[in-house]
Formats: sequence, C-alpha cells, structure tokens
Amino acid sequence: MSAQDRFIGKGAVLAGIPEHPAIKAILAWNPQALSDACFDRSELTLTIVADEIRGAAATVQAAGYNFFEDMTAVDWFPSSPRFQLSYHILSHSLKERIRLRVLVDEQRSSVDSITQVWPSANYYEREVFDLFGLRFEEHPNLRRIMMPDEWVGHPLRKDYPVEGYR
Amino acid sequence: MTDVIGTPILEAPVAQGAKDQHMVLNMGPQHPATHGVLRLVLEIDGEIVVRIYPEVGYLHTGIEKTCEAKFYQQVVPMTDRINYLDPLSNNLCYALAVEKLLDLQIPEKAQWLRVLLAELSRLNSHLIWLGTHAMDIGALTVFLYTFREREDILRLFEAVAGQRMMTSYIRIGGLAMEPPLDFLDRVQAFVRTFPEKIDEYANLLTGNPIFKGRLKGVGYLSGADAIALGVTGPPMRASGVDFDTRRDMPYSSYEKFQFQVPISTYGDCWARYEVRLIEMRESVKIIQQALDGMPEGPVKADAPKIVLPDREKMKTQMEALIHHFKIVTEGFEVPAGEVYQGIEAGHGQTGYYVVSDGTAKPYRVHMRYPSFATLQALETMCKGRMLADVVAVIGSIDIVLGEIDR
Repeated sequence: MSAQDRFIGKGAVLAGIPEHPAIKAILAWNPQALSDACFDRSELTLTIVADEIRGAAATVQAAGYNFFEDMTAVDWFPSSPRFQLSYHILSHSLKERIRLRVLVDEQRSSVDSITQVWPSANYYEREVFDLFGLRFEEHPNLRRIMMPDEWVGHPLRKDYPVEGYR
Repeated sequence: MTDVIGTPILEAPVAQGAKDQHMVLNMGPQHPATHGVLRLVLEIDGEIVVRIYPEVGYLHTGIEKTCEAKFYQQVVPMTDRINYLDPLSNNLCYALAVEKLLDLQIPEKAQWLRVLLAELSRLNSHLIWLGTHAMDIGALTVFLYTFREREDILRLFEAVAGQRMMTSYIRIGGLAMEPPLDFLDRVQAFVRTFPEKIDEYANLLTGNPIFKGRLKGVGYLSGADAIALGVTGPPMRASGVDFDTRRDMPYSSYEKFQFQVPISTYGDCWARYEVRLIEMRESVKIIQQALDGMPEGPVKADAPKIVLPDREKMKTQMEALIHHFKIVTEGFEVPAGEVYQGIEAGHGQTGYYVVSDGTAKPYRVHMRYPSFATLQALETMCKGRMLADVVAVIGSIDIVLGEIDR
C-alpha cells in the first residue's frame, strides 16, 4: 500500500489491503464487529459496532497495536447517528497508527469503557464525558475533568454556543 | 445530583477517602512546584503517599471549541498558546495535519527550516524543564544559567517571527516569511557555544550529591506501566521503551537527519534527567546538520489559494491582491475527511486530529498533548514514597498545564 492508495468502504479495503494485521485480527476475532472501513491519506479507519469496542480494542492490542495514543469524539449534529468516537492506536513495533471509529446514537449515549484494556484511556474518556456528555460503562472514575462539577451542559456539543449561554 | 439533561454528576472520590489514619492534603493550585495550576489531592499516611488525585481544568479555555469558529489559518495562533514553552512544535503539528488534508507539497527549504526551528523549540522547552526542575530540588543557580541560554533562543525566535513566545511562524503551506539574512549565522553562533553550556549544567548537577540523592531511585516507572498509562517522550524512553516519532514515523524530512535516540532502563527521575540531557546534545547535532545542508528555494508552497502572497507581489499584481483578499475574508476550503498527525514535541508525542466537512472552518480540532496522559502516571510513580518526592517527580515528568487543560 502506498500513500496514493485510497479505499473507501469495507469491500474496497478488504480487497485492497487484506493482509493488514489489524484487519486480519478483527476479522479472525469477530467479522460482524467491523461495520465499515476506509483507507485514506495513508490512514486506516475501522468502524466498529458500538457494543464491540472493548473487544476490538483488546484484539488490536493483541495484534501489536500496543499504545493507546488518543481518543476523542465528534458531534455530527443534527445528523444521526449523532456522535462519532475516534480512537487512535499506535504500534511501536509496526510503526503505524490505526483509527477505530464508533458511531453512537444520541439515545444510546453510553459506550463500554476501554480502560480495562488501556488504563491511559481514563482521562480521555472523562474528557469526552465532560465535554460531550457521552457515558462510559464500567469507567473507574467518570466525573467531569475540565469543567467545574456543577457545570450545566456539555460545551463541545454543536448545539452549545461558542460564547456559552449568557 | 444531575445536570439539566439528566447526566449524573459523580462525587469526587476524595469525599469518602478521608479515613481516620490517612490525612488528606491539598497541594496546589498555587503551589510553586506544580508548574502552573495543577491541584493534587494527596492521601498521606504520615509522610508516605497513599493516593494522588490530580485535579486539572483550572486553565481550561475551550480552545478546541474556539477552533471550530475560526478559519483554518486563524487556528495557528491559538496553537502557540497551548504549550507556550514549545510553540513551534505546536505550529508544526497543526500545519502538517492540515497539509495532509489538503494534500499540499511543502518546499524542501521550508521543511528543513521547520526541523531546525522545532529542535530550537525543543531546546527551549528542555532548558525551562532543567531550570525549574533543579530549582524545585533546591539547586537555584541552574535556573539562572538555563534562562541565559533560553534568552538566546527567544531572540532567535524574535528574529524570524517577530515574537518571542507566541511565534505562529510555521503556517499552513510553509513558513510565514523568509527568515532574515543573518538568521542562519546567528543560529550557527548559538550552536557553536551551546554544547559547552550543557557541560556547564552537567557540571553543576550530575556530580551534585544532593541532586543525585533526590532523584536516584525516585519515581520509578516500568516500561509496561509507561505504555499502559500513556506516557510518551523522554519519560517513556527513560523507562526503556525505544520509540521516537522523529526516527520511527518521520515527518517534515526528519528521515534525512542522523541522530541517536537516548534510552535508559532505570525508569527513575535520574534516568529522565540523563535522557533529556542527551536529547539536548542530539538536538544540537540535528540543528548543525540542518545548517550544513540547508537547501535553497522558496519557503512557501506554490498554492496561491491557500498561502498568502508576498507583500511585494500584492502591490504589483492584481491576482495576488485578489487571492490575499479571498484568503483573509473567506478562508480556503479544505476537502472533507479526517486526519491525525503525530509529532515528537519536547514533552512527548503531540498529535492533532482535524476533521473537515469541506468548508473553510475546521469541523473539529482535537489536540493530543503528552502532559495530559503523563499526569495519569503520577500516582504510580509516587505511591509508597515520601511526600517530598512528589515535587521531584512532577519536575521530572515535565508537565505544562496549558497543554493539559487546553
């Protein structure tokens, strides 16, 4: 695969880079968990079904993607599903980064925490909880991290005005 | 207790943590050894630390939210203000991320100058770390020496960018302008004398029995813990994890430079001190290579709809004037997509996650800053140790609260 390659959609990615270690590991573990995939600008994005994120995280960790680098959310308001969670996982041995993507409905607003797989996700999940209002199941200490505890609302949501409520 | 949309607000665990035999002690946010506004709630058993609850957010300014209301080029000055000790690395990381979205080719000279400036910025960051860390331990003199050299670096920044700290010099598509004619000579003069300055710091500290005693064996972090807790940069390499983004996932033509990545397996505060000291020497080597092999050519990409035209062209060419007006008033549209760009900044792995929806304003900008994750390892490093060691450990992981709180 080279920087010019561009595969959009699960079928194209599976046909284009079938030997990719992360894709192979996910397919060997649970093919249903992978709902979509995309390889664009040398970055691989795997969309995981919302219920399966913890299992997928453990699977890619076992496949050599050992370092949890970053995690955040994107609010696609008003479209549905509203929230997207992006996990960036780095491999020290393969010298490569992948992105796991989870789409979350507004009604659902709760995802499994991956702190059992990578304890470093702790602060990142707290930040998403604080600024987007998404909850993480079985998180050890889910409370606000940036805003004061008594703050009302979640500032990084798109329906929250930039200058705040006055 | 719930907020308006019914999300439960959970109580701080400290509220139940105060037992009879353990004392809860509040350290910060105004404590001078916390390098800003970090607040630590410490549970101590006599002098022994049992638990640490870092409380952050005192400096939260909602930069990520503000970015969503700005044009792409207007975000650059905001990135300076996140990690104000390493401004050019922030500029570089953001510029690389947007250039990846735009699929923009950067001229070679701009790439080399970026490397040179990023390394100067790393030296700046490490000098402040060394001065304040030694000052926390009680060696006040070193601070005066490191700030002497930092002043030289800030003068170099002032020469290229017109600003000492908030440089905003690395822009989308290259650099803001050509550096002044004598800039490379001034950097050469600095690089020639700097290695002996590092020896000077080492003379003051490496053999100092108090400094040694305060750091050796203190704040141990294993390599496995460093990875599990998200620690990056010099603290991770001091724990024996051999990874440096500059060498392993090169960006901005770092693959053309030869340098060593210092590793230590001791994992204590002393190892972090030694790793950073060697890193400073390696940075000097990189700067020297950049000076020796500096290519000729423009410092801005050939993309008139993205990069602001030269001032001279604007006075003579109608086209340039139109492009300038368009960029300043409407910004430029960036193709839809999402990218993540990671670099090795002074404190560790910095990353920018930029999501575009095809308009002139970023849909979402998220910054991964090393101090935010590294702070999670503080408890592991301090648990079971004396209270006074907490100060040494905070100094050794080199946190900046601006990048934690954003």
